[in-house]
Amino acid sequence: MARIDVRKTYKLYIGGAFPRSESGHSYEVTDSKGKFVANAALASRKDVRDAVVAARKAFGPWSARTAYNRGQILYRIAEVMEDRRPQFEEAVKQSEGGSAAAARNQVDAAVDRLVWYAGWADKLAQVIGNANPVAGPFFNHTAPEPTGVVGVLAPQSSSLLGLVSVVAPVIVTGNVAVVVSSYERPLPAVTFSEVLATSDVPGGVVNVLTGDAGTLGPWLAAHMDVNAIDLCGVAGATDLATSLEVAAADNLKRVRRAPDAEPDWAAEPGLAPMTAFVEQKTVWHPIGI
Amino acid sequence: MAFEYAPAPESRSIVDIKPSYGLFIDGEFVDGRGASFKTVNPATEETLAEVAEASDADVDLAVRAARRAFRGWSRMSGKERAKYLFRIARIIQERGRELAVLESIDNGKPIKESRDVDVPIVAAHFFYYAGWADKLEHAGLGPNPQPIGVAGQVIPWNFPLMMLAWKVAPALACGNTVVLKPAETTPLTALLFAEICQQADLPPGVVNIVTGAGGTGQAVVSHPDVDKVAFTGSTEVGKAIARAVAGTDKKVTLELGGKAANIVFDDAPIDQAVDGIVSGIFFNQGHVCCAGSRLLVQESVAEEVLARLKRRMGTLRLGDPLDKNTDIGAINSREQLDRIRELSDIGEAEGAERWAVACDLPSSGFWFPPTVFTGVTQAHRIAREEVFGPVLSVLTFRTPAEAVEKANNTPYGLSAGVWTEKGSRILHMASQLRAGVVWANTFNKFDPASPFGGYKESGYGREGGRQGLAAYLKGAEA
Repeated sequence: MARIDVRKTYKLYIGGAFPRSESGHSYEVTDSKGKFVANAALASRKDVRDAVVAARKAFGPWSARTAYNRGQILYRIAEVMEDRRPQFEEAVKQSEGGSAAAARNQVDAAVDRLVWYAGWADKLAQVIGNANPVAGPFFNHTAPEPTGVVGVLAPQSSSLLGLVSVVAPVIVTGNVAVVVSSYERPLPAVTFSEVLATSDVPGGVVNVLTGDAGTLGPWLAAHMDVNAIDLCGVAGATDLATSLEVAAADNLKRVRRAPDAEPDWAAEPGLAPMTAFVEQKTVWHPIGI
Repeated sequence: MAFEYAPAPESRSIVDIKPSYGLFIDGEFVDGRGASFKTVNPATEETLAEVAEASDADVDLAVRAARRAFRGWSRMSGKERAKYLFRIARIIQERGRELAVLESIDNGKPIKESRDVDVPIVAAHFFYYAGWADKLEHAGLGPNPQPIGVAGQVIPWNFPLMMLAWKVAPALACGNTVVLKPAETTPLTALLFAEICQQADLPPGVVNIVTGAGGTGQAVVSHPDVDKVAFTGSTEVGKAIARAVAGTDKKVTLELGGKAANIVFDDAPIDQAVDGIVSGIFFNQGHVCCAGSRLLVQESVAEEVLARLKRRMGTLRLGDPLDKNTDIGAINSREQLDRIRELSDIGEAEGAERWAVACDLPSSGFWFPPTVFTGVTQAHRIAREEVFGPVLSVLTFRTPAEAVEKANNTPYGLSAGVWTEKGSRILHMASQLRAGVVWANTFNKFDPASPFGGYKESGYGREGGRQGLAAYLKGAEA
């Protein structure tokens, strides 16, 4: 007799723990051919709010870490992902379809991207900050600081590389993230949460909600304790993106607008994903004896 | 000891104010199609001139002119664009006295400030960005920096010419063309600047100036052919602009309100700190978005600091903005005066203790004496809302952690000040304060090379410095 498999119901990742959705709801996740794979938690408005609270609590300590330390931790995420390659490949292949080689390539690129961003932790300030030669006896310099709590609507198609490509640039500079995963392809994000939980990333720095960006996005965009939002996950949904941008204006969130279509995630990202979520601080002090 | 000063008025004969002004579109002064409005001298309430109020159709003409000019201006080599900006900078220096006098007449600010702060910074700003025009590929903002297109810029009345320079200089250096709307109450120096553009033979349409009120500003920022919006003003209007551009490709920078904490520790050099408190809140009548409007003073020195502050305030001279001895000029408008009065009355009603310098206020014009509120709590409206006037709220703290907590307890995040002799504490505080500019042992210093802009609801984007270029280049972020 064939063995009956153990069917899983995945949970959310908030504040370093894996709670069920406060709503009690979950939804069926199918593979690219429509076959049942697992249940995922369907995050609610209350889960968004809990995640923001957890993120806010984590922001102070995370942003106070040395850049070197944050770089080490991002590199650690890459190491742990590398260990779980088969699981990620399976999750990507199941979610997105395509060949095993394509899934492998995506996992490779996702790990490599984390390594790339890990290296930026202690370099970005040197590249985008500067000493300012003002016309007077003053020390004056400008350096980037993290914006704060960033809502991230992760891409719907690229379930792993896309996800890593929007999360890593947010946290490497000291921000914390509330991430809404791809709705139809959430399982790589769930596995990624498990990696985060076991790779020295303090609880609350990244919070992962599985659910619908169209439902959760408005709560995140309107939340007064969220400082910025990346709308990538609603790429192409022009009306929704516009309404989220309008809601974000209530506390002047920094908005990374939704592209018309998901970009080519394999391309080198450049600095924009990081610079969209930093503030430049200028400090003056007189020079004298 | 009280010093008596003989009047020392700057002559206003150097400026020639016309009875009426049109709009500056495509290199020419033209009549507007809309109504007109009066601009008054806030120190006397004398009407200075009739100014055209640009209608939607006028704004459209200006945007079309800017679009036509963009083709040539953006393709001109940076080296040549730079020369126009250098020319403008030189003319501003040459006509500095005229600009300063006109600014003081239209705005109400002391000539000492317009002459020694505003106008020199304006010239320096054009010099600074002139030098960038042919060096953009070295700015670290991408390998092939490209201008965005037509910039719609709306500026406030507190630093009319300086805000114009902060907007126009980087925009032009990067190859954009502009449609600028000066504030309704202070249009005159922008119109004089238009003359300077003519004098510099700036190609027609590169700079267009449309005067008017909020409706004109709205037409500028929401015009479909404007690619870039730059606004300095209230947080409320900033939010409205952020909503209006939602769903468009327009790039936006917003420099909005503030409620800066100026933090004085017990080891601070008290006399210097007191002078910093005074320049922090009374510079430009407190019409400064980055004004140090919340004094946070360590409890152990609060009494001494306040005593010396009040004594120092007693020496401030309020009156004729054109008098070279004047420290405090006129409030810019009746509307603003009403707002300052209203919030001050609320401060009193909510239980804070009000103290103002006993000084004679001129019988005509808009005036408000330098005022301090003590016994202020964080819940008081005068501790939360931007008064935008010469009104200081004083709160106390015991520990550095409490100072940080109180300083950051505001939706704004434009600037902050720290006074202490301890270096490590300065750097700690500077890192903890959620504000775009931190002045340590100084306050209200500005320089074209120094990026300026806010955190949180004080807006986004930076003006000044290398970062200031990012606002005017395609795809670049500061």
